[in-house]
Amino acid sequence: MSRSFTRFTGSMAPLPIQNVDTDQIIPASYLKVTDRSGLASGLFSRWRYRDGDPEGEPISDFVLNRAEHADARILLAGDNFGCGSSREHAPWALVGYGFRAVISTSFADIFRSNALKNGLLVVPVTEDGSASLFEAVAADPATEVTIDLEAQTLSLPGGGETSFEVDPFARRCLLDGTDQLGYLLNQAPAIQTFEAAHPARLDTRSG
Amino acid sequence: MSRPRTLFEKIWRRHLVAAETEGLPATLYVDLHLVHEVTSPQAFTELAERELPVRRPDLTLATMDHSTPTDPSIDTAKLRVLDPEGSAQLDRLLANCERHGIPLYAMGDERRGIVHVIGPELGATQPGMTVVCGDSHTSTHGAVGALAFGIGTSEVGHVLATQCLLQHRPKTYEVRVDGRLQEGVVAKDIILAVIARLGIGGGTGHVFEYTGEAIRALDMEGRMTVCNMSIEGGARAGLIAPDDVTFAYLEGRPMAPAGYDWEAAVDDWRSLPTDDGAAYDRTTTLDGSALEPMVTYGTNPGMAIPIAGAVPEDDAIEPEKRASFRKALDYMALEPGQQLQGKPIDVVFVGSCTNSRYSDLVAAANVLRGRKVADGLRVLIVPGSDAVKRQAERDGLAQVFVDAGAEWREAGCSMCLAMNGDQLAPGQYAVSTSNRNFEGRQGAGGRTFLASPLTAAASAITGRVTDVREVLS
Ligand code: SF4
Repeated sequence: MSRSFTRFTGSMAPLPIQNVDTDQIIPASYLKVTDRSGLASGLFSRWRYRDGDPEGEPISDFVLNRAEHADARILLAGDNFGCGSSREHAPWALVGYGFRAVISTSFADIFRSNALKNGLLVVPVTEDGSASLFEAVAADPATEVTIDLEAQTLSLPGGGETSFEVDPFARRCLLDGTDQLGYLLNQAPAIQTFEAAHPARLDTRSG
Repeated sequence: MSRPRTLFEKIWRRHLVAAETEGLPATLYVDLHLVHEVTSPQAFTELAERELPVRRPDLTLATMDHSTPTDPSIDTAKLRVLDPEGSAQLDRLLANCERHGIPLYAMGDERRGIVHVIGPELGATQPGMTVVCGDSHTSTHGAVGALAFGIGTSEVGHVLATQCLLQHRPKTYEVRVDGRLQEGVVAKDIILAVIARLGIGGGTGHVFEYTGEAIRALDMEGRMTVCNMSIEGGARAGLIAPDDVTFAYLEGRPMAPAGYDWEAAVDDWRSLPTDDGAAYDRTTTLDGSALEPMVTYGTNPGMAIPIAGAVPEDDAIEPEKRASFRKALDYMALEPGQQLQGKPIDVVFVGSCTNSRYSDLVAAANVLRGRKVADGLRVLIVPGSDAVKRQAERDGLAQVFVDAGAEWREAGCSMCLAMNGDQLAPGQYAVSTSNRNFEGRQGAGGRTFLASPLTAAASAITGRVTDVREVLS
């Protein structure tokens, strides 16, 4: 389900917390769904609402509840974002809410892979880069940055830009809409050859 | 002779359908795909929409574990009423598996259990294999010397349809634990100490290989505990080289090779361990003989201390991490410098894919035998699989727990992630043998101290965080 992504300009929601785990992004009580939709209300629900209940009272100082960040479509997060569970519900919830990208000094491996498969760009920055973005947003919540995936650059608030790393294959998929499953299916002949040369040592139906 | 290679490298190379090139990931073949109810429905939907079959149902195995009830009085019919959503998800798995001919251990099946408990138990996970599951604790299966890692739901779809994954080759990280463990120190303490040392992002981009005397001396179930929590150190996979302990564990299990095939398999498996002189990208060494029982104080598994220690003071934390540290302590209602030992608790949970195997239950039962759990304390003992449950009932372990005043439950994930109704109330403290102490993981507002089954059982007796060595001495 890749969505194309080329260039995006927007303001940022600052979440200066390290090691945000996927249980916080979307708690387990939301994992009983059988489709990908309807997860936006669960996004950060334990931090966002009193008693974690989306029907309940919003916690006013949580970033997603602050009026000045209501339009933010880029999440600016602390180090090691998305650690913990492999649940792809985390990027589904972030995308469902409207986020297009997450900026952090680092991302957990499975989260990164899941995010990129759902059109949610992960943008790694240096510690200094991160600090200056947090400062800029603190000074002016409307601060905008531009993420250019084609050029792999992030424009900085004070002018200038920095380049960022992204997996070249994921980048290509996002830019031209290549479907990863389709790409794998096209390798059927090679998979068949591999299977012929490596007979399975297991049959799960024999248990 | 080819150049020396690591265990990881050998397994990786064997499974390349297409090697990684600049700009393109490798296509990696998957030998075993484990499936559960929570992370699979959207993947099956994707297949249905594209009218694709499951390529290798014979290399796929499904179980129900995450949202199944552990209260023995709740059957499928009652569950429909109590938890319609969870029930619908289980029904969906059943329908998907029937449609595609995937073996499924549904509720009531004697082979059912937590996905990472039943894989090794059935002999389905074997040395040298690639094993994946839409679940981050798939790293557990690395204990038998398999390259095993968690994947997202999109990737579950990829594997269902093609039996392959697109992967970049991770780096290798040797985690060496030398020396002999002291009395009262077990596998869980090793891995908590490793994560405390490396940090929860320390292994990102890497596969751990655990080596050293303390690792070699562990039995298979202890090795599973260690590999299980590799992901808590940021590594998608953790490996331990297969040896005679591994082979003795696997021999005779239902899905393990038998007869002549067994001999051939063992010959092959003996070629897997890392060659002398092979290089890891990174290495770290811990002195196992200096380790103590560990317990977490914060809201991630890296926030762990020796049980006799104290929560760190502010100035021991790097300035940029202080806000997150303070947030964690606020959540836990703890102070910097505070001792955990003696802290009153509300619940003890012995269970999860980290510590719910037979030997974990034996360890807990040995502490609880002839003793009573503290007044007012809730103690849940949740076996990892139906097979573990039956064995514990046959051997009298279950009776030890019941006599002590603990609840003896059906197999499942239970309070590890609190999806099935087993959960902490807001503000409650638990000593838990599971793997994650994230905010709300065991129930909204619940506070988790992760520890070993020994520490959990000792704490069950006193109703406080307790050093097992004091109970045993
Ligand atoms: S026991 Fe816990 S960690 Fe293990 S598979 Fe179940 S929910 Fe995940």
